[in-house]
Amino acid sequence: MDNWKDNRSVFWTLAGPGTFWLLVFFILPLGFLFVMSFSDKAIINGEVSITEYDYLTGISNYIRSVDTLYLTIIWKSIWVSALATVLCLLTAYPIAFGICFASEKWKPLLLLLVVLPFWINLLIRTYALIAVFRSQGYVNLALGAVGLGPYDMLYNNFAVIFGLVYVYMPFMVLPLYATIERLDKSYLEASLDLGASQFTTFLKVTIPLTMPGIITGVILVFIPCLGSFLTPDLLGGANAIMIGNVIERQFKAANDWPFGAALSFMLMYATFAALMLRAFLAKRSAGVDV
Amino acid sequence: MTTFRPKFSPSRRTLLKGTGAMFAGLTLLPRFSLAEEEKKLNLYNWDTYIGETTLADFTAATGVEAKMDLFADNDELFAKLKGGNPGYDVIVPTNDMLERMIKANMVMPLDHAKIPNMANIDKPFQDAAFDPGRKHSIPYMWGTLGVGYRKSKVEGGVVDSWKILLDSDKYAGRLSLLGDAQNVIGVALKYLGHSFNSVDAAELKKAEDLLIAQKKYVKVFADDNGQDLLASGEVDVCQEWNGDIIQVMAEDEDIAYAVPTEGSLVWQDTMAIPTGAPHPENAHAFLNFVLDAKAGAHIADTIKFATANAGAKAIMDKSYTENTSIFPPAEIVAKCEPGLYLGEEATKVRDEIWTRVQAA
Repeated sequence: MDNWKDNRSVFWTLAGPGTFWLLVFFILPLGFLFVMSFSDKAIINGEVSITEYDYLTGISNYIRSVDTLYLTIIWKSIWVSALATVLCLLTAYPIAFGICFASEKWKPLLLLLVVLPFWINLLIRTYALIAVFRSQGYVNLALGAVGLGPYDMLYNNFAVIFGLVYVYMPFMVLPLYATIERLDKSYLEASLDLGASQFTTFLKVTIPLTMPGIITGVILVFIPCLGSFLTPDLLGGANAIMIGNVIERQFKAANDWPFGAALSFMLMYATFAALMLRAFLAKRSAGVDV
Repeated sequence: MTTFRPKFSPSRRTLLKGTGAMFAGLTLLPRFSLAEEEKKLNLYNWDTYIGETTLADFTAATGVEAKMDLFADNDELFAKLKGGNPGYDVIVPTNDMLERMIKANMVMPLDHAKIPNMANIDKPFQDAAFDPGRKHSIPYMWGTLGVGYRKSKVEGGVVDSWKILLDSDKYAGRLSLLGDAQNVIGVALKYLGHSFNSVDAAELKKAEDLLIAQKKYVKVFADDNGQDLLASGEVDVCQEWNGDIIQVMAEDEDIAYAVPTEGSLVWQDTMAIPTGAPHPENAHAFLNFVLDAKAGAHIADTIKFATANAGAKAIMDKSYTENTSIFPPAEIVAKCEPGLYLGEEATKVRDEIWTRVQAA
């Protein structure tokens, strides 16, 4: 491949739009939030201003955000997200496998079915879940027909986790599908020929070889789960609050952008820490992982 | 703060959080103003909160083309205008949000000479503590916060106290409270005999303790769909706005609404002109049009909220003017308080209490 320096005009033509996009729609807003997280509302004539800020005043927002109250909520959000991610993985893996081993005729259709929910807005899909799970919803109607229930399935942690798994499943299936599709099936055959059981083959050959897809999927699901606020808001009960809800409230009802920004960055730092931990572990187990 | 919804809607307002923002974002509005104002008006309103033909009638009467964008709650309205007016001429904030916006210079003073129909405003609404002299706003609709309940499921079929929602395990798992700090903490204070707008730390602490103790019996903090939960049998008692409950009462005779005897919140939605409005002349004309008796009656007839337009009320049907869910008895209204804008610090204190209640 040519060195980019030999073809500067081509390089910049191609890199320009992407760089512009990243700069204007990602770096700048994020930078603004970063500055905001070190700022405070201005005090004008002895009153806290509604719209004005004193920029870069210190780390008071971060100090406030490490209060046990917020740490507990962050910790709870991490747990909920982790559980949802694991459940996503456990359900998505067989689905991805199934698609890969389906006949060529069916593959595009099955993949389409995975992507199809994206055509519908998240909010509307969540409302659809409400219709399915509420006391007089479709599930309870069906159970009622065979003399069971009705069960309370909405407004509790089960509903939140189910909602998260449902919404983020495609993000897990697609990277898994991509790696399983590339998996060289002769390795599996070799493993079986050499006397390994199906289970051992899966554990010792399939899983390590598809690890890149698993890791990508886990990251793609875990991170948006951590910041979600709509799902706990609509499906959760009185205990459903996640850190995303607290952050949303700071930007709206509480009108406390500096604190909201600080909480967002706390969450981002936590995510970075997790990613770095992963990179560190990957290095130690050198080779198998990607 | 409240909407009047057609039947099947799961919660149109929440839906609008996404779509309303999207449309508003897409609308590119001119910022320049000409000597002669162009014949346009941009209204920023709640969903289902204007007469069916009001905008068309206004165009017919004045030749001004009126467009409407929708917001889902006061916070969205505020957040949208905080960074500068994106081109709206008339907005519909609730009283405490209006007060905040006046303090932040986000709304323009009105020229009363251009709104002769202000004479139609009902006596109690001609002046307001949150907007002395009505310098910045006209009253639009008003109402109360109360308890919606299923008559056949509550003892005696009548509710007259916040106790059922805030201090009792009788209907454990069958209760819903609103999902915002101000109104839940406010009624807890009211139940304890304090002011809805208290900023006293000890009183707030008692309210917090009450809510944390009650929380295990509460099924959900419903953002704004308590009436749907009630109608679908998900809960038997909910904290809700009168207009929302009246709407489901029309479909289900077993549902009733009451303002507890401890008192509650009385709210008032207002119309105001945001600073930087591109068509202030047309905006004044629109406010005047809304206060017209016939136009006002048409709006009230569509949305069934209590109008502050005496001219309109005078020509309305008795089924509307004598409906106690719309116009509660005067002695009950007397016990209710308007929500005040308490300042940024007090907002922060309440937000932290609310986070603690939800996380407990």
